[in-house]
Amino acid sequence: MSAEAAVRVEDKLYLNRYLVDSGRAHIKVRPHAKPSAALLSLLKLCPAHCYEMNSAGQVEIATDGCIECGTCRIVAEPSGDIEWNYPRGGYGVLFKFG
Amino acid sequence: MIDERFDAIVVGAGMAGNAAALTLAQRGLKVLQLERGEYSGSKNVQGAILYADMLEKLVPDFRDDAPLERHLVEQRFWMMDDNSHTGLHYRSDEFNEERPNRYTIIRAQFDKWFSKKVQEAGAVVLCETTVLELLQDAYGKVIGVRTDRNSGKIGADVVVLAEGVSGLLGTRAGLRKMPDKNNVALAVKEMHFLPQETLEARFNLRGDEGAVIEAVGTISQGMTGMGFIYTNKESISLGIGCLVADFEKTGQTPYGLLEKFKQHPSVAALIAGSEVKEYAAHLIPEGGFKAIPQLYGDGWVVVGDAAQLNNAVHREGSNLAMTSGRLAAEAIFQIKSRRDPMTKKNLALYKKMLDESFVMKDLKKYRDMPDLLHIQAQNFFLTYPQLVSKAMTNFLRVDGTPKREKEKATFRSFLTARSPMGLVGDAVRLARAWR
Repeated sequence: MSAEAAVRVEDKLYLNRYLVDSGRAHIKVRPHAKPSAALLSLLKLCPAHCYEMNSAGQVEIATDGCIECGTCRIVAEPSGDIEWNYPRGGYGVLFKFG
Repeated sequence: MIDERFDAIVVGAGMAGNAAALTLAQRGLKVLQLERGEYSGSKNVQGAILYADMLEKLVPDFRDDAPLERHLVEQRFWMMDDNSHTGLHYRSDEFNEERPNRYTIIRAQFDKWFSKKVQEAGAVVLCETTVLELLQDAYGKVIGVRTDRNSGKIGADVVVLAEGVSGLLGTRAGLRKMPDKNNVALAVKEMHFLPQETLEARFNLRGDEGAVIEAVGTISQGMTGMGFIYTNKESISLGIGCLVADFEKTGQTPYGLLEKFKQHPSVAALIAGSEVKEYAAHLIPEGGFKAIPQLYGDGWVVVGDAAQLNNAVHREGSNLAMTSGRLAAEAIFQIKSRRDPMTKKNLALYKKMLDESFVMKDLKKYRDMPDLLHIQAQNFFLTYPQLVSKAMTNFLRVDGTPKREKEKATFRSFLTARSPMGLVGDAVRLARAWR
């Protein structure tokens, strides 16, 4: 646990190039009172740490740092917990190396 | 209202899409390739190793101008516990050949080059264009695509779905199921830059020689997974991947795992002082033969990762992707030449060609391997590496204990950890799955 606390994903994402499509999140979390198990798992599963728990105990997403791997789609789209799309053409992460 | 018509539309500009678009264009078909990235390669992530043979079939003289990093002369397999690794090491000067067999590449750069070949062959390549949906007629036949460009409906006789592992369009149109979280691995990767001389000294390389390390063991915390270290010209691609379902079960974070892998004493020395320039993540299809979906239908074929064509045992993916893209294109060309329609019945030719190729033969050979490795993850990825490590340290430490006693202790540790039946069972199961 201690080793993980030291990892700041934000620092990793800072290395990447993005063209953010402001105001157009390509992934949306379905409004919920209590998060499902699938949604809760995304808090740890998302490699860009896009999912966070808000003060009201609901899972939120900020897609700005998304690296478009599709993991959250595989885990939480079948249950309808999230609505998943790719960013508009040209937007999103732009890998220099990939 | 369809605005424009093509013989074929290829969705995606990865290895499979580029192979398909290139082959179709070379045969004189009117091809449109759509890619959502800024340029071909800007959304593509891989380790990455390139196998020359499959690319040679598409671009015979690729060595003249393709951006290749290093040709591989050395392969290491590591079994790791928390402080050590036991390695198998193969290096051969025969890999320093005129036309090397394997190279490391950087996908964003390689794919850009590959796409240039596609354009030179005459295909229309439209980047910064996300395909929103497949257009189907009343009978379900795919007749084109709708994109996020203005007036974005485009028609084609056939659509080649090279859309990658997640396969949004095909799954949404109900042509196949979304990949199961038990059958896909999530890999995270960093690019570590080092001065060329430092890198070559650390990995014992000269000139364009390259080395590869694949690692299993406690680094995956009991999950089905693998770490990798690939040498590029002046950078190291370093990453680790595990099954998505295993991540979900254990609550481990991908970046936490990557960090621990980097901190392992065997790895830390190799990357010390490096500058990290990018962090990426990607899903890898791991289900093998049993996870392959329906590969063709009326007006469509699916290729590459979207078709789950990946050989997890040999860590081959992009070569299966290129081959499937090429074969799909050849099948389409044959049908087109006969002036036949792109029906499901006719497009079955693609599946037939794929079945006869190494792609399906290899995947079929290992059809039981994913189940074995996934179910036995604890043993293969945690228990055995730890036992091997214990046996090695026991063997090598000289401390006055008689050798016979040492051997007994090692043997006992295997028996306690796995039981005699467990050991025999694992060996038999592994042999069977390998057959």
